[in-house]
Amino acid sequence: MGFGESEEQLLSKVATNGGHGENSSYFDGWKAYDRDPYHPIQNPEGVIQMGLAENLLCHDLIEEWIRKNPAASICTEEGVSQFSAVANFQDYHGLPIFRQGVAKFMEKGRGGRVRFDPERIVMSGGATGAQETLAFCLADPGDAFLIPVPYYPAFDRDFCWRTRARLLPIHCDSSNNFNITTSALEAAYHQAQKSNIRVKGILISNPSNPLGTTMSKQTLQILLRFVNEKRIHLICDEIFSGTVFKSPRFVSLSEIVEADPTIDRDLIHVVYSLSKDLGLPGFRVGVIYSYNNAVVACARKMSSFGLVSSQTQYLLGCMLGDEEFTSEYLVENARRLAERHGVFTAGLARVGIRCLEGNGGLFCWMDLRALLKEETVEGELELWRVIVNEVKLNVSPGSSFHCAEPGWFRVCFANMDEETTERALRRIRVFVNGEGEEVKMMKTKKKKKNGWDEELRLSLPRRFEEDLVLTPRLMSPHSPLVRATI
Amino acid sequence: MARGIGLGAPLSKIAVSKAHGEDSPYFAGWKAYDEDPYDPVANPTGVIQMGLAENQVSFDLLEDYLEQHPETASWSSGISGFKENALFQDYHGLQSFRKAMASFMEQIRGKRVKFNPDRMVLTAGATAANELLTFILADPGDAVLVPTPYYPGFDRDLQWRTGVKIFPVHCHSSNGFQLTLHSLQSAYSIAEASNLRVKALLITNPSNPLGTTMPRSLLEDILNFISQKNIHLISDEIYSGSVFSSPEFISVAEVVETRQHKNCDGVHIVYSLSKDLGLPGFRVGTIYSYNDRVVTTARRMSSFSLVSSQTQKMLASMLSDEEFTVKYIKTNRERLRRRHGYIVEGLKDAGIECLEGNAGLFCWMNLTQMLEEKSMEGELRLWKMILSEVKLNVSPGSSCYCAEPGWFRVCFANMTEETLEVALRRTKVFVEKIKGRKTNVIFRS
Repeated sequence: MGFGESEEQLLSKVATNGGHGENSSYFDGWKAYDRDPYHPIQNPEGVIQMGLAENLLCHDLIEEWIRKNPAASICTEEGVSQFSAVANFQDYHGLPIFRQGVAKFMEKGRGGRVRFDPERIVMSGGATGAQETLAFCLADPGDAFLIPVPYYPAFDRDFCWRTRARLLPIHCDSSNNFNITTSALEAAYHQAQKSNIRVKGILISNPSNPLGTTMSKQTLQILLRFVNEKRIHLICDEIFSGTVFKSPRFVSLSEIVEADPTIDRDLIHVVYSLSKDLGLPGFRVGVIYSYNNAVVACARKMSSFGLVSSQTQYLLGCMLGDEEFTSEYLVENARRLAERHGVFTAGLARVGIRCLEGNGGLFCWMDLRALLKEETVEGELELWRVIVNEVKLNVSPGSSFHCAEPGWFRVCFANMDEETTERALRRIRVFVNGEGEEVKMMKTKKKKKNGWDEELRLSLPRRFEEDLVLTPRLMSPHSPLVRATI
Repeated sequence: MARGIGLGAPLSKIAVSKAHGEDSPYFAGWKAYDEDPYDPVANPTGVIQMGLAENQVSFDLLEDYLEQHPETASWSSGISGFKENALFQDYHGLQSFRKAMASFMEQIRGKRVKFNPDRMVLTAGATAANELLTFILADPGDAVLVPTPYYPGFDRDLQWRTGVKIFPVHCHSSNGFQLTLHSLQSAYSIAEASNLRVKALLITNPSNPLGTTMPRSLLEDILNFISQKNIHLISDEIYSGSVFSSPEFISVAEVVETRQHKNCDGVHIVYSLSKDLGLPGFRVGTIYSYNDRVVTTARRMSSFSLVSSQTQKMLASMLSDEEFTVKYIKTNRERLRRRHGYIVEGLKDAGIECLEGNAGLFCWMNLTQMLEEKSMEGELRLWKMILSEVKLNVSPGSSCYCAEPGWFRVCFANMTEETLEVALRRTKVFVEKIKGRKTNVIFRS
């Protein structure tokens, strides 16, 4: 006797319910990339990865620091005297230099406008682990947190998979640049209540992934008033706080909380990580900073499941304790991001593609609504498949971020070099511009029927057009292209 | 805006529960140590920590290696460069590291088994591995059988956030606390009769706190049992590299291979470098499962507790050096054997017997004769006396859910030989004092 057919019931519900989220389109693009990855020499026609929000712009600075500070590594001649003490250190409070370094770095990232107490710094397995830990601390199975859409897809896994908590959307759309409004908040809250779902808090990301924008002070105050009134928690994921490269300047939740004694601090929790600002996702440095003592104590106990390697704590503790370095780093990081963002958005604008006006993050929120054959999720996914398979760019469709409006796409710009950026922009230009009479004809017809921006022309690669002529039923009934060819 | 008067909002049930287990006496002893830690010079009358199962006897071997192999410390260029390493967050883990871990685990088992690196899932410590497996194999309310006495941390790892229940399988001194098929079957029946759905059996082999290994016949019985009941087996082999005398360690992997991998879909091994290599701070754990579905799911779930890529890279270098690992395993074993022999002799000299052990970083002491009352209360009273009068932090058997009062776990590898000598001296004095008290009592009555 063994496992075999009845295997399904021999694993838990959590193991078999798909809550890992990997069936989302967000990951399909990664798979396409994995099958055919771009390489400037070996595979110049491969898929360029623009779906991974990584920061590759400043590793040289960190590498240089490490080279100049061999004692920060416990494996070098200069540092090996610390080896046994560090290797033996598994205290879930974390190494003091690590906690102090992180607290100082977080303060610097907020322009010195807030104070972070190293005693409140709790480690976690990346921000992934931090979100899950907070969900375990604040929500019972079935409880919900409200979250503005669009949001980072993996929150569904991080916040809900093993915890069995839920995320309910707060509707945001382009009519006001996707800002959160009081009415949307209230609506989401009451919708949950009507469905007998207990709302335990709100989860926001600031700066926002995927929007690439920071929240205004007013919006943060709306949120704080709301949670204070309803006595629910507020978790703010500030993982991109060190990537704000343009005004308006970053206003952190902590700034407002510190200045306003009427806010109940027991409701406020911040998530941070070094994966984006420092570009070190492999090192798994997640941080929970809660203003609630009971949550700090509980999260710290839970951190046993995802402590940061003491070797890594030691290295980063030393580095983040070098204030001269960190100040310079943050300035240079912002400068390089601003430059790259500028080049990229200019390149897009030249072919008539607009992005939401962004000031932070490692990506742009592209408006491709005009390129949709139909304004639906299916239409968006169809366009996305063309972009991935024909244009060979892995971008992320807005629907995978639960965006309420089809046609928006997140495209990352900080995870490649200049040459690749140029190549990606070139491919986009080729895709959007077209050649030949058929396209001009399409343009004319489109102008009459839809009043689209005449700068934007939809062109499909030759091969696809041929298929279309032969089998018009492949296209959706609403496609202007079908009408054009009949 | 509502006036913030610190009412807060409710936390979750998990957050307010005590299932994290930190109120156990197991941890109270640590606190006593933290408040008054022994130091040969600065605080010679302080509490000696003997409750922490750490391996500090072989650090010099690691330090020597690092000194002789400076390339372990640095990042080179290209694919082994800093940038690539710092960006590497793939939950499959570095292939070079998985290969090195597989090879190390094979070395420990005398190359009698083969481990496929693609079945290796990396987690931040065995703590994360055990919790993760529990999430995968059991639903809230389900039960996992665990033989007693067991490592107190299992309460937290298996139960706290998962909602799963540990159902103890009691073992007794009459047969050296060894698990038997009979006690397994009996525990299973009782659990079922209480409407508990048993989903798995978790064994620790070598055992913490017993310091003993399981014979092949028992492992065969266990595999037959889990197969018959259609439940999973988790074999926590975290101390496998710390078997210092016979009988030789037999891993469940060996029995699986003897059976040509038939019916092994329910077998999962947990390992870590915290004990054998003495690197608990680096958070290196692994799940080795013979079940493809479990491997895939565990890998996805490991996102919450990945091993730092910096650490993976460094250890890949070290552990793929076979000359080093062979020497390390052998030397480590010898030192542990010596240390174990020393403490057993010293305790005997003080009048204390231990369970005959061949592995681990601790001894299972028999203090049953020193109890004033053969009960858990009696044991805790004795423990408090040891902590306050003898100033030794040892672990009472009740914190390990031992079915019989009077047994204590004492660790021997987390201190210098000099400190151990001091501890043994204090113990001898204490035992004589207790004997004296008892004699006085008899005399007076």
